[in-house]
Amino acid sequence: MTHSNVAYQVMWNRLISVVEEQAQALVRTAFSTSVREAGDLSAGVYDVAGQMLAQAVTGTPGHVNAMADAVAHFIRRIGPENIAEGDVYITNDPWEGTGHLHDITMVTPSFHGGALVGFFACTAHIVDIGGRGFGADAASVYEEGLYIPIMKFADRGVVDETLTRIIRGNVREPDQLIGDIYALATCNEIGHRRLIEMMQEFDLSDLTGIADFILENSRRATIQRIAALPQKSADGEITMDGFDRPITLKVNVSVKGDRIVSDFTGSSGLDKKGINCPLVYAKAYACYALKVAIAPEIPNNAASLAPFEIAAPENSIVNALHPAPVALRHIVGHFVPDAVFNAFDQIVPGIVPAEGAACLCNFQVSLRPRTDAPAPVDARRSEVLTFNSGGSGARPDFDGLNATAFPSGVMTMPVEATEHAGPVIIWRKELRPGSGGAGKQRGGLGQYMEVGAREGHEFDIQAMFDRVDHPAKGRRGGGAGAPTTIAQDDGTPMRGKGKQFVAHGRRVMMAFPGGAGYGAAKDRPAHLVKRDLARGYITPEAAAQDYGLSAADIAAVAQAVRNGEDVT
Amino acid sequence: MKAARMTEHSTRLGVDIGGTFTDVVLEVGAASYSTKVLTTYAAPENAIIDGMHQVCAKAEISPAQIGQIIHGTTLATNALIERRGAKTALITTEGFRDVIEMRTESRFEQYDLNLVLPDPLLPRQMRYTVPGRMDASGTELQPLSRADIEPVVDQIKAAGYESVAVGLIHSYLNDAHETLVRDVLAERMPEAMVSLSSEVSPQMREYERFNTVVANAYIKPLMKSYLGRLEGRLQDEGVGCNIFLMHSGGGIISIENAADFPVRLVESGPAGGAVFAANIAARYGLDKVLSFDMGGTTAKICLIKDQTPKTSRVFEVARTYRFKKGSGMPISIPVIDMVEIGAGGGSLAHVDAMRQIRVGPESAGSEPGPACYGRGGDRPAVTDADLVLGKLDPDNFAGGSIALDAGASAAALSTVLGDVLDMDAATSAFGLAEVVDENMANAARVHAVENGEDLSDYTMIAFGGAAPLHAGRLCEKLGVDRLLVPPGAGVGSAIGFLRAPFSFEANRSVYMTLAGFDAGKIKTLLADLKSEATGFVRNCDADSPILSEYKVYMRYSGQGWEIPITLTEAQAMSPDVAVFEARFIEDYTKLFGRPVAGMDIEITVWSVNATTPPEAVARADEAAGSDAAPDHGTRPLFDPALGAFTDGTIVQRHEMAPGMQVAGPAIITEDETTIIVPTSRVAVRQPDGCIDLRVKG
Repeated sequence: MTHSNVAYQVMWNRLISVVEEQAQALVRTAFSTSVREAGDLSAGVYDVAGQMLAQAVTGTPGHVNAMADAVAHFIRRIGPENIAEGDVYITNDPWEGTGHLHDITMVTPSFHGGALVGFFACTAHIVDIGGRGFGADAASVYEEGLYIPIMKFADRGVVDETLTRIIRGNVREPDQLIGDIYALATCNEIGHRRLIEMMQEFDLSDLTGIADFILENSRRATIQRIAALPQKSADGEITMDGFDRPITLKVNVSVKGDRIVSDFTGSSGLDKKGINCPLVYAKAYACYALKVAIAPEIPNNAASLAPFEIAAPENSIVNALHPAPVALRHIVGHFVPDAVFNAFDQIVPGIVPAEGAACLCNFQVSLRPRTDAPAPVDARRSEVLTFNSGGSGARPDFDGLNATAFPSGVMTMPVEATEHAGPVIIWRKELRPGSGGAGKQRGGLGQYMEVGAREGHEFDIQAMFDRVDHPAKGRRGGGAGAPTTIAQDDGTPMRGKGKQFVAHGRRVMMAFPGGAGYGAAKDRPAHLVKRDLARGYITPEAAAQDYGLSAADIAAVAQAVRNGEDVT
Repeated sequence: MKAARMTEHSTRLGVDIGGTFTDVVLEVGAASYSTKVLTTYAAPENAIIDGMHQVCAKAEISPAQIGQIIHGTTLATNALIERRGAKTALITTEGFRDVIEMRTESRFEQYDLNLVLPDPLLPRQMRYTVPGRMDASGTELQPLSRADIEPVVDQIKAAGYESVAVGLIHSYLNDAHETLVRDVLAERMPEAMVSLSSEVSPQMREYERFNTVVANAYIKPLMKSYLGRLEGRLQDEGVGCNIFLMHSGGGIISIENAADFPVRLVESGPAGGAVFAANIAARYGLDKVLSFDMGGTTAKICLIKDQTPKTSRVFEVARTYRFKKGSGMPISIPVIDMVEIGAGGGSLAHVDAMRQIRVGPESAGSEPGPACYGRGGDRPAVTDADLVLGKLDPDNFAGGSIALDAGASAAALSTVLGDVLDMDAATSAFGLAEVVDENMANAARVHAVENGEDLSDYTMIAFGGAAPLHAGRLCEKLGVDRLLVPPGAGVGSAIGFLRAPFSFEANRSVYMTLAGFDAGKIKTLLADLKSEATGFVRNCDADSPILSEYKVYMRYSGQGWEIPITLTEAQAMSPDVAVFEARFIEDYTKLFGRPVAGMDIEITVWSVNATTPPEAVARADEAAGSDAAPDHGTRPLFDPALGAFTDGTIVQRHEMAPGMQVAGPAIITEDETTIIVPTSRVAVRQPDGCIDLRVKG
């Protein structure tokens, strides 16, 4: 049976709605804060060949391309002849899933009328998978936690209890993880039900027709965008703190007719610690950077992603092979867009932003009863993970965003919710004045955070910060963003990465980085400088020195603030 | 005050101030009179007075005979959207000055490099901080003294702020510091209006709570002055009765409470629409209803179970980016839970890079309007597609007041859609209409799934100018067998106000796990909430019995999303841990398929809704459908389920006597709208005036 163009339009719309529903179900049933509060997950629907047809737009560009490739690995590993109705598959393989052991990917085959018609897949970042815990300290992937190869979680509807017992016995929060695994299975199931309803409504026996329609239109639209670009290549690079020594990402971006190749030859080699990045994850962020720049509204599917190719030498920092440690692969991954933008800006100027904070400013605290003196009886152990953001880079026509994630899209957790999760106290979480790079468009502000424990507790903080020594660089004359700083409240210095002890009564004082500016500060319109001064985004000194605001204007702004007037 | 409400023979006035029109409905006994007048922005009370005189004249009564006025308004919402509030300051906890600006630290649209986040209601210089800190158990970690507060208040006073919001961390657990700030404000700055977050929205999650208290403070002076003026004007006109306000939760509160908590008035208009639909559901004894309200720019969809609209604790106003989730500001107050999408008669279509037709949320508005209005619009709107598909009569739109130009519609459809996709104008119109109907159907499906509901056993109730044109197709898409189009659909919200009970919902965030279940504490907490909520209702009605509805929000420990669990009075007042657990597992399984074994369960939010009993509704007589309605010939009408033009029978609604029927494909016309009966349906005029569409037997 053939369908009209109008019917296919409706079906495509429906599939996108189906995967959004699938993702929503996961958020509502998940246990890990990373999934339920921060939205670190993804969900998609695939045809029988494992080609992704639609994917929910969630907080994680890093899952986009990675998960797109995953289903093909599942089909190959499980074997097409072993795929049965009622099956659910699972893995956390960093190389065939989404880049580290902390992401669980689950795939469910979808049967209709006894025949396999497609697959649903979803991925979620879970808080603990055993091993050394979430952090950079491992020397190989074996230390980073339990590895689950691609295998059946449920075989024709029967859950593998041996597997769940092994999982339970190897992780710190077994209830949470098993709860999350069930949530992942449930969300695929919900997607499957909606798909079958759609197939019944349109009298479909397979997805071939709609798959061709989606993939053909997406391919054509993407290739049109690429063909319209200057057929050039350019080099970009960026240097970041790394763990013990700086890491440099080098990329050559080359527009070649119907595809764009990002080649990372020349980038740093592997790091000893767990900040290495599998190629799937680097590819996801390279692809995100290019798509958001040239084809933002084209939905993610196999055809719209295919023209974005990546190359990197084996065992470079962006193509870490087994058994390299990869737990914090997001740090390098989040820097990939800035490197790609630095190249792309030379091919098409005026689209991409200046550098921003790049990686999320996450930390995990492991609290326990104080050991230096008798602890109160109600003191307890607890793991608390928080996601936080610095400032994003200024855009050609707009300021950077204050304390907002880019390129990641996850949310922060409310302080009041975090303080319920464990005996932690967040003493401060607010904007960091003066941290946005000066420019015609100003960089986004970073933020201050201060963290301590409740009376009777001490803790380890697992720091996952960068840009301590390598602040965001401006574009077209824009100034740099402020660097990351971290120390204890008594002045004890701390490192940007790794697990560090914080004694009873001490607090950790952190300042997260600002985004860089775009264009020369002297060209910034005076009314925006005054507005920023009134709001305290910039200091009076910066207003005078960077932007040339007169002493009289500065005094007038101060008076307006005293009068409770807005300055716009 | 004496309750003179809802008796069959009272004289009551319902007034809904909308963005364009102010709708006024007067009920005198069983008779009803309505009018629409243009909203008078500068002094909204003028339109009310004008409308009131019109309906009083129709009913031949004097304003003095009105026994009660129920009022709902979009003024609060508009003040937030248009940023026309008072000069307002926030006092918050040191270290948390920027909570309302930092939002969730995320981008609500991942694929827009030029995304601009909406400004917070108050810029940074209007946000002041004081020391002092509560912890997550409500215990004081750091003290707050008068000496800490006084210099801050002095600065605020010197700056001349009119209204002050106070939002401190964990104040929903312990309000001591917030009340101390209020005391100091009262002493040193008695002229300021003060709003405390622990009173306006005592719920966990600082961003939502602070934003809600700021919004309340921001619109308080404006609403207080408006409500005062309205009372005065009505007295001048000889009206002596009490005035009550519709709130977002679907009930009525006193004018004094409304002036203190004006943020509760946001979304009162749509809430009235949901109450209107709920009343019709009661009339027909329907327990599962989907209300569908489609106007010029948006469509709103609400689930009504057991004749009660579903409620929620948080919603978003003033979305700034294509109605996208996250692009507005969260307000955490009890509210009727609706999905609103940018799909209306004026929504414009285009073809995107994937050669997909996209519709809305951009709207043609009334100027220039859809292409068929002939006012210079050259892009196709939903109304243009409806015209080309034969759903609208070009010579009888809006009672014949606007002549529609079908040629202009066809030209716009061809230019913008057809030429790109190689389709003729009719196929383009089909595509456009299918896309907008699918968008609405998807919104309804997702809303149903999120609430664990299956729409196939639901009945749809459609109102609003554009809804009856699309509701039939929507029912086909959703597998809904029955559709009711009530009379008076153009002023549905104002009618709904007159059907609403006095009600107030009180909420409190208090953590408790079932492992640490404390029956005594629960009893006290729920009793406190009950007396708080009842107080508000008693304020409106001294005599009526007051019912209490108990809800607790529960989840597995470690999850982030609670599900609401309704308890009976007995379950709430003699709390039993086994009952709480069983009720949670029952509802969780219904929503998500299976429970999670071996996990502790926790309760996060407690809520009591006090309400006067629902109006006794007489069950409508239902006619089966017998005689054919007199027809006025046929015209070509496109049927999307068949993908082809058919001959649609033309019938006039006012000529359909009770029990008369018309089989689809048919077009039922009236002044305000047109009801499309798909080929798959037959329409019967019920004795109460509803048009009842069912699947052909």
